[in-house]
Amino acid sequence: MNLFEIIDEIEKVDPEIHERLNPRRAAIKNITSFGSKVAVAALPFALGTMFKKAYAAASTADVIGVLNYALTLEYLEAGFYNQGTSKAGLFPGSDTQYINKITADENNHVTFLKNVIGSLGGTAVAAPTVDYTGGNNKGGGPFPTVFTNYDTFLAVAQVFEDTGVRAYKGAAPILINNQVVLTAALGIHAVEARHASAIRKLRNDRANGATAKPTIYPYIVSSASLGNDTGVSVANGNYAGEENQTQGGVNLSSLASTAVVTAAFDEPLTKDQVLALLVGSFIVN
Amino acid sequence: MKTDTNLTTGGANMARRSFLRYAGASAATVAILGAASCRSEQIPHPVDATDIGSGDIGILNYAYALEQLEAAFYMQVVATPYSGISTSETAYLTDIRDHEVLHRDFFKTALGSAAIKGLTPDFSTINFSDRASVLGAAKLFEDTGVKAYDGAGYLIQSPDYLTIAGKIVSVEARHAALIANLITPGSFVNPDQVDENGINRSASIAEILSAVNGFLKTKVIASSFGYDKV
Repeated sequence: MNLFEIIDEIEKVDPEIHERLNPRRAAIKNITSFGSKVAVAALPFALGTMFKKAYAAASTADVIGVLNYALTLEYLEAGFYNQGTSKAGLFPGSDTQYINKITADENNHVTFLKNVIGSLGGTAVAAPTVDYTGGNNKGGGPFPTVFTNYDTFLAVAQVFEDTGVRAYKGAAPILINNQVVLTAALGIHAVEARHASAIRKLRNDRANGATAKPTIYPYIVSSASLGNDTGVSVANGNYAGEENQTQGGVNLSSLASTAVVTAAFDEPLTKDQVLALLVGSFIVN
Repeated sequence: MKTDTNLTTGGANMARRSFLRYAGASAATVAILGAASCRSEQIPHPVDATDIGSGDIGILNYAYALEQLEAAFYMQVVATPYSGISTSETAYLTDIRDHEVLHRDFFKTALGSAAIKGLTPDFSTINFSDRASVLGAAKLFEDTGVKAYDGAGYLIQSPDYLTIAGKIVSVEARHAALIANLITPGSFVNPDQVDENGINRSASIAEILSAVNGFLKTKVIASSFGYDKV
């Protein structure tokens, strides 16, 4: 077995492998002496170690940056549900257990993220000033009845949850290979998706009852040209891109209907995209 | 360097090559592993066990195996609806079937020749005419899917694959919450799946495969991820 042949094989699919492993090709040669002394069976593990170094993990500062971004979003969500649950009579009795569970999760996310940031030696950001009518504290926001009308509350909740899913998804690659933080972030990501599913079903069941054909689905059912399926047109930007039908370079539109192709994959948003959607409306600037 | 893909003229082959660019490196590692093990003691495992492989290809095949299982399950659910199924439940379960079939077909197409073979399910423990049996199995499969993707995410080397896994796992989580709410309204984030920090539980490849092999005639192993026999 010749290690150079292995590197050459990899080079066929990854022309930059030498640069990834080490900018100086001489470093590759050093492995030959290593390889010749190590049992053949151990080589894949040696290679695995090289790859781990080649696709390097983020710095602690970058990880803290992601966590503070997540914390800002969790402050926004937790504050929203905390205010909602403080309004007597806003929820019908049967829905209270749903909202209470989501409220508890969002507050737990805030606590958890603050603890992790602290344990990494970082400083947690403060809670943002918020305006849940979406009016940047200047009045005239699109959701003036957010805490007096339950349907408005649910519509805003749905947008927050779906956007939260997109935000965590977009940030995940920054945490690549970080077993502890990435796994936790993916775990919060999944819980936000569970919330989104539940809020969407509450909205549907209010409109159609629980057993008739649904019109609002627990997943995002886009058309070919419009990602937003919520009926809240002011939130179109929060769903922009959900209409995507190409995954991993594979165009899926010939395999299933547009509704199925768009619903089967949720799409990410970058930090800049998310903050542009929230700052100046829900997050006061 | 970034490989551009022209969808109108490049064709599926280019797209697949682009998708597998980094996975190819992992495929090379599989080849090395195979060559190495030829020289050492053969590890005994059942003749029909399928190994997902190593590296990112292994993780993608792991996902492909789980999606095959889910797709086969919901195809049966929709083909033989349980007694008393409601209009909304028919709509939901048909949608979920379509999502899982698409996930399966996506991985099959994207993996191409690197894909593991088609798996034969064993649903003999599920009573497809009984709502509680079907929804109980659906909850198990969805919860397992979420825990599997979340637990394997940190093993993925390519940011592009990590994003694709993320795109799928949140849809699985939406399914999981829906099924939970169909069984018991309001049970979508119960402690069996979500911990005291409000974080979805995750599971290792070995834990997941040892659970799902009970629903497979074709057993799946992951010798590169600490699960080399059933």
